[in-house]
Amino acid sequence: MIRLSGVSHFIGGAQILHDISLDLPKGGITALIGPNGAGKSTLLSLIARLTPLKQGEITVDTLKIGGCSDRDLARVLAIMAQSTHVSARLRVRELVGFGRYPWHRGRPGPADHALIEAALERFGLLPIADRFLDEISGGQRQRAFVAMAFAQDTDYLLLDEPLNNLDIAGARGLMRLLRDMADRDDKTILIVLHDINYAAAFADRIVALKNGRIAATGAPDQVISDTLLRDVFDTDAKISRIDGRPFVMV
Amino acid sequence: MAKRLILLSALLLVACAIYIGLGAEGAWRFLLPYRATKLASMLLVGIGLSVATVLFQTITANRILTPSVMGFDALYVMVLTVLVHVLGGVGYASLPAALLFAMNVAGMTVLGMLLFGLLQKGARGDIMRLVLTGLILGILLRSVTEFLQRMIDPAEFQMVQSVSFARFTQVEPSLLALSALVTLPALALAWGMRNRLDVLGLGDATATGLGENPKSGQAQALVLICILVAASTALVGPMSGGGGSFFGLIVTALAHVITPSERHRILLPSAALTGCIILVGGQTVMERLLDLTTPLTVVIELIGGILFLVLLVKRKRA
Repeated sequence: MIRLSGVSHFIGGAQILHDISLDLPKGGITALIGPNGAGKSTLLSLIARLTPLKQGEITVDTLKIGGCSDRDLARVLAIMAQSTHVSARLRVRELVGFGRYPWHRGRPGPADHALIEAALERFGLLPIADRFLDEISGGQRQRAFVAMAFAQDTDYLLLDEPLNNLDIAGARGLMRLLRDMADRDDKTILIVLHDINYAAAFADRIVALKNGRIAATGAPDQVISDTLLRDVFDTDAKISRIDGRPFVMV
Repeated sequence: MAKRLILLSALLLVACAIYIGLGAEGAWRFLLPYRATKLASMLLVGIGLSVATVLFQTITANRILTPSVMGFDALYVMVLTVLVHVLGGVGYASLPAALLFAMNVAGMTVLGMLLFGLLQKGARGDIMRLVLTGLILGILLRSVTEFLQRMIDPAEFQMVQSVSFARFTQVEPSLLALSALVTLPALALAWGMRNRLDVLGLGDATATGLGENPKSGQAQALVLICILVAASTALVGPMSGGGGSFFGLIVTALAHVITPSERHRILLPSAALTGCIILVGGQTVMERLLDLTTPLTVVIELIGGILFLVLLVKRKRA
């Protein structure tokens, strides 16, 4: 379980997050949604320790963010940041291989190599395993990073807007892979999403943020409503239901 | 990759043998210690600067930067100029070499640490800001040096000039030992960081996710860079003639071509070997074949400048 209590955050003089307390149970996909500037990415990067936590407390299982070693946390929590630009010229297989680093610290064994191959196969990366990262499409690159996180073999996975710049096939493919990881491997996935329809289709739980405060939490068909769109997103788009699932009519 | 490293090692051995053996006239008893000292200093400097450059390029994620942008060379020349200015040419010449060496190493390491410490406190530990600050500081130091050089006696100015370029011709064995004492542990530590450097090269966010704190890794690498550059510069003088040093740039660019790998366990030895081959080979050609007294660095600057432009034009990725 990821537990946040009394988390506040300031950037410059502006308060980005206001006293957030939230429990995210183990298992399933939780989508963090909200308008631009709501604090979604900030919240995620605090849990991922990409931004130092100054006020409040965050724990992942028994590990306290800021109070545990980076190595221990890397075996429990994998992250995929918003910018996946790598300046080093790496092949796909090398990148996925780095996922094992928290476990072998630079000396991979046969078990590590087997896990890397398994991750490549599962994410359909075997045909392009020896290509360089700058020679493949954006969708393939995102998939390679998710495969790396998968190879890291952690219970928790955090992703910050992984669907940015992906076409519909790439975005759906990636979300299906995440869904599959949640269902088959009991991963707990926390994901920042922009598109409410993707959240409605793939997430088990939704946490909506507005102005640094939690506006709503719950299952997609309970949370996503006309009122949510009006109050949180400041738009008058309508919701319609198809096969019992809410859709935003854009 | 391993094959290419062995090939590089063989090439270096040949270069060393030619350097020691070519044009040997007179008693080996005198010749050998003299040439061996010069050779050892070249190897030490070649390895030290190459490794420092690889570390620097990894933590800045930039292939066209070398540690000399941090103003180390400029500080060295300034200390030199100030000493000559205050003590006079004779006074400077009579200073104990070991004292001078210690002063230079300490000064340059402190400068590097100070720069980094200030930035860690003030800014958000932004590595690019550190580099830019170092660049500006280098310009400041150079301006002060130039100002002082305008005021000193022409004969003393000549003296400053002659030691402002790296020279392998007059290396004291005691200094060599001192320099090795500083450089070798730093090299061992850099080698120990090889796997962590691979991860740091993935970018701050990804490195954090893999359990490698980028701040502490960058800080450790920076300490090693300061020590390595300081020890090399204090031993033979600055490798650059005033601008940025192109030696490290040539070495890393070649190493990336010879052994195309991002793994530091390959890149570090490959760069170190390449650096040594360039220094020893170049010095042999300059000294023995062309019979020139021009410092090797002048030639390296020329070739490096051209290579720098080629790299800039050819670079596909931003």
